[in-house]
Amino acid sequence: MSYLRPDIRQRADELVSLYPQRRSAMLPLLHLAQEQDGYLTDEGMAEVAELTGTSPAEVRGTASFYDMFHLEPVGKYVVGVCTNIACLLAGGEELLDHASKTLGCSIGGTSADGLFTLEETECLADCDIAPVVQVNHRYVRTTTPDALDALVTDLRNGRRDDEIPPHGTLIRVRRNGGLRAPRAQVAAEREAAQKAREARAAKETK
Amino acid sequence: MAVLTAPKIVSSRSEYSDSHSMSRYLATDGFTALRKALSMHPEAVAAEVDSASLLGRGGAGFPAGRKWSMLRKAPVSYLVVNGDESEPATFKDHYLVEREPHQLVEGVTIAAYALQVSQAFIYLRGEFALGLERLQQAVNDAYEHGALGSDIFGSGFSLDIIVHPGAGAYICGEETALIEALEGKRGFPRIKPPYFPAAIGLYGQPTVVNNVETMANMPWIVNNGGAAFAALGQGRSAGTRLFALSGRVKNPGVYELEMVKNTFRDIIFDPALGGGIVGDKKIKAFIPGGVSAPWFTPEQLDIPLGQDEVAEQASMLGSGSIVVLDEDSCVVRAAWRITKFFSRESCGQCTPCREGSGWLERIMYRMEHGGGRREDLDLLLDLCDNIAPGLSWPPQQTTICVLGPSIPSSIHSAITNFRDDFIAHVDHNGCPHD
Repeated sequence: MSYLRPDIRQRADELVSLYPQRRSAMLPLLHLAQEQDGYLTDEGMAEVAELTGTSPAEVRGTASFYDMFHLEPVGKYVVGVCTNIACLLAGGEELLDHASKTLGCSIGGTSADGLFTLEETECLADCDIAPVVQVNHRYVRTTTPDALDALVTDLRNGRRDDEIPPHGTLIRVRRNGGLRAPRAQVAAEREAAQKAREARAAKETK
Repeated sequence: MAVLTAPKIVSSRSEYSDSHSMSRYLATDGFTALRKALSMHPEAVAAEVDSASLLGRGGAGFPAGRKWSMLRKAPVSYLVVNGDESEPATFKDHYLVEREPHQLVEGVTIAAYALQVSQAFIYLRGEFALGLERLQQAVNDAYEHGALGSDIFGSGFSLDIIVHPGAGAYICGEETALIEALEGKRGFPRIKPPYFPAAIGLYGQPTVVNNVETMANMPWIVNNGGAAFAALGQGRSAGTRLFALSGRVKNPGVYELEMVKNTFRDIIFDPALGGGIVGDKKIKAFIPGGVSAPWFTPEQLDIPLGQDEVAEQASMLGSGSIVVLDEDSCVVRAAWRITKFFSRESCGQCTPCREGSGWLERIMYRMEHGGGRREDLDLLLDLCDNIAPGLSWPPQQTTICVLGPSIPSSIHSAITNFRDDFIAHVDHNGCPHD
């Protein structure tokens, strides 16, 4: 019995089949599990362990290393405000403080209505439009307190949901098929190339 | 005056609003280079890239051709593309992936053909949600076009590309940490030697790791020849490069410029580029190549934008990102924030980095926010010296990877050049700018 929803489980199986070793699907699978629940639940991580051939402890140990994975529930909208160097010089700290007041949550905290979680982020690589703000990892390009407030009003009213899907990033990233290169042919080609190289090397050393 | 005559090698389509679409890519010579490359011998393609003298665009500036040649002796197993762009104030790969994703896919396919690799991975920063969507779409487009997958354009060469999302960790930009993440583990850099994944890489197999911008150069090099690329720039710095300009300038952005032909003054002040300082204030300092690089002062504005030219001045061109501080910017706050970044992002394997970054951050915090002491300046430098003995550049390394020795750069630069600012913070018991 799968804990992951059938559509998400199907995508998880597709991802596992792509990689030469199934453990490599760890990060994409954790993204998927997080898409479903908003954060990584014990059940979700247990299924990722099963899919990757690891233990739930290994999954948790891996997930906890990465900033994008939440091991506790978070708001529907995770708002990240960057305060790293380029944003610092553009008023990132002030915008972060303002966001904390507008959203009604502390930095790192979640609002009482469960709608927003506020994070102080490291550089988000969009430094020419600073301070950088992301909502669920979409660049929203609200660099002033007024623009941020307008965005928050839109989010409260559900007006940006097409553009900013809840949680994570992978739900709209999808391959149109599995691996295409025939493995046997590739292995044969590689073997032939290796033999040719060895033959050349042998000739050179003579 | 800035020299703007060089062709746009990696950003030629950016002016189009649909530059990320397959139709635009095909209408602008898309995949012509791949067809040409497939008609050549793989080693001839590699030789073309070698003759271009392309330095890797990730930050270390290692010659791409030489990296490949280490592999030509062994059967290469994997090509991994590093798109984990996380060095603060670096945003060129983000720009390339969102605006010209097909060019990256074509570049990777050309490189894979030259190396005779059948499996490539593009590791893209997880925070690039739109970039991931566009890159995956470009990969899907290429499969449908016959430019990827089995028997590409009827050449007999086959390649699969997997787009792999990261999940938020600066350290995964370090190539061995990236490989660990790609293997589904915590992003811990691997112990060296071996110094290059060419020896032992992904799944223990020989692996080449190249940066996104490095790959994006491939189509142009194949179409125009390595010699044409090498003719641009000067000395060891061939071709053009994307420079990401940010901070207190009027026109921050990504600019593709010929290497060496322009100076820091050109990119910061030329009206066609940075346009000068916001409010026409004075420039106080600038960081020439990402926050791991030692800072420059206005006396160094006339240094050319070249690998060796910057290295001779004891800093680095690094990731090609330039951050400008003006006369009102607080250098103590800037150095504190950069140190806080390293402290948060240290993976924790090595003591000098894990403990040192935290100590430095706490001392810098009290310097900026109140409670700093005069003797803290010596303490800061002593701690920096413990992480990177001698505080020379390039730094001595006491850790597995270069994150550790990158930590002291900002504090050492700030204290060396702006000691009075630190004294003012002590006397004021906090930041005088507040």
